[in-house]
Amino acid sequence: MAELQSAVQTDKTGHARWVRISHWIVTLSFLTLAFTGIVILMAHPRLYWGEVGNDLTPALLELPISRNHRHGGWDKTVAFFENAASPVSANRTYDIFNKNGWGRSLHFLVAWLLVLTGGIYLLAGLFTGHFRRHIVPRRTELSPKVLLGDMLDHARLRIRTATVGPHYGVLQKYTYFAVVFLVLPLAVVTGLAMSPAIAAAIPLLPGILGGFQSARTIHFVTFVLLMLFLLVHVLMIIKSGFKRQMRAMTIGDKNED
Amino acid sequence: MKTNNLITRRNILIAGVTSFGGLLLSGCSRKLPPTYGNILRMGDTLTYAAHHALLPDQALAREYSQKDISSFPAIGTTDPGDPNNPKSSEIYRHLQRGGFADWRISIAGLVAQPGLYSLADLKRFPSRTQITRHTCEEGWSAIGEWTGVPLSRVLDAAGMLPTARFVTFYSYDDWADSIDMLDALHPQTILAYGMNGRDLSIPHGAPVRLRVERQMGYKSMKYLERIVVTEELDDGGEKGNIQNGWSWYAGI
Repeated sequence: MAELQSAVQTDKTGHARWVRISHWIVTLSFLTLAFTGIVILMAHPRLYWGEVGNDLTPALLELPISRNHRHGGWDKTVAFFENAASPVSANRTYDIFNKNGWGRSLHFLVAWLLVLTGGIYLLAGLFTGHFRRHIVPRRTELSPKVLLGDMLDHARLRIRTATVGPHYGVLQKYTYFAVVFLVLPLAVVTGLAMSPAIAAAIPLLPGILGGFQSARTIHFVTFVLLMLFLLVHVLMIIKSGFKRQMRAMTIGDKNED
Repeated sequence: MKTNNLITRRNILIAGVTSFGGLLLSGCSRKLPPTYGNILRMGDTLTYAAHHALLPDQALAREYSQKDISSFPAIGTTDPGDPNNPKSSEIYRHLQRGGFADWRISIAGLVAQPGLYSLADLKRFPSRTQITRHTCEEGWSAIGEWTGVPLSRVLDAAGMLPTARFVTFYSYDDWADSIDMLDALHPQTILAYGMNGRDLSIPHGAPVRLRVERQMGYKSMKYLERIVVTEELDDGGEKGNIQNGWSWYAGI
């Protein structure tokens, strides 16, 4: 720990320019993706598991987020086959909320921005040693005792006024690691798995995720996780000195002590 | 160490530049959908170009087994013969009354033998049955069994000309849409007259609908009326997707 402390005090670097730029492009992309994602979900606010899910099959979760929620505008059902358990067809008689024309196209346009920026960020993080030095937890930080200690500090909202720049706390490293290497990639992979063209080319993609609807549900879960992260992230920025942190992440202030 | 890093970095740069070049090149050799300067349509076009540059051309959509067939909502137009429907068609109503015995689909444009095909004519071609997933842009999905004639067979019979690049479809509920040759000649692209072992029902597009299995459901147009083979992409004007604010390419 003493060694870590001295490293923090002697290292006077702020956030690298490429980190700052990619941070804000990803932030902007994420917020647009979240917004358009909600618009898309409002067209069909039901989530399922497996390959298939529609208004005539049971849902895993129904979200009360548009007039389409349990709209009930369905004509009588007609069975496809003679048996009692036959799947059915029904005509929709309700004029649903659907802004997917621009919603989907904007979602996919911004997804390009996120994926390209994310790709460059991952390469740069790997080759500049940013990940090794700042994101991947050090051996001492893998100890459950250290992690637990930092968790307790956070639970009591005892957030130390951070030095600016990439000298992250233990829990902070774990969180950034999860967001960069697990949640965001999972959001991209589940997004790709929903494309019928990609599913035809790489059947394994929706396959390992449990099917098209499972991919869609996991995609929604990544959105929820990233929103929670955003909430906590902003809270921590405020607790650790909002003005200083914002200056460090925008114009790139360095430590002066 | 440093040298190793440099080489890897350079290799990655080269790999990146080459694949991006591939993307651009394929964009030049193919006709891309129009964007009309709209940034959203530019994004759609980028996706289209990327899919065609990076994905195998003739990959087949997954086919399921009979037990996977699911319930299937019918949305959009569910009866073009219904006079209360703003997009109702007098001609369709007449055809419907006659059990579609008088229904003919016209194949025109860049074909040596333009002509009319009845339902019986289409059924004389070798048929294809496929159990596939219908994926709606709204977010739902359903699995159904479709029987029909591969579009490639019909285009062959009509003698499609080598300059042909796109196939445009018109429907009785007043839509127009088109697909490129990769999708038009894809083995799973069929003119479907049967669903789940029966004649295609009216809510699902009777007597004949299109199935384009590698794109979203809205490309699988119902209530087909005529087919036109073209060299230039016909966006369908105000009957088409683009002018109604939707992506022409719906592989995503």
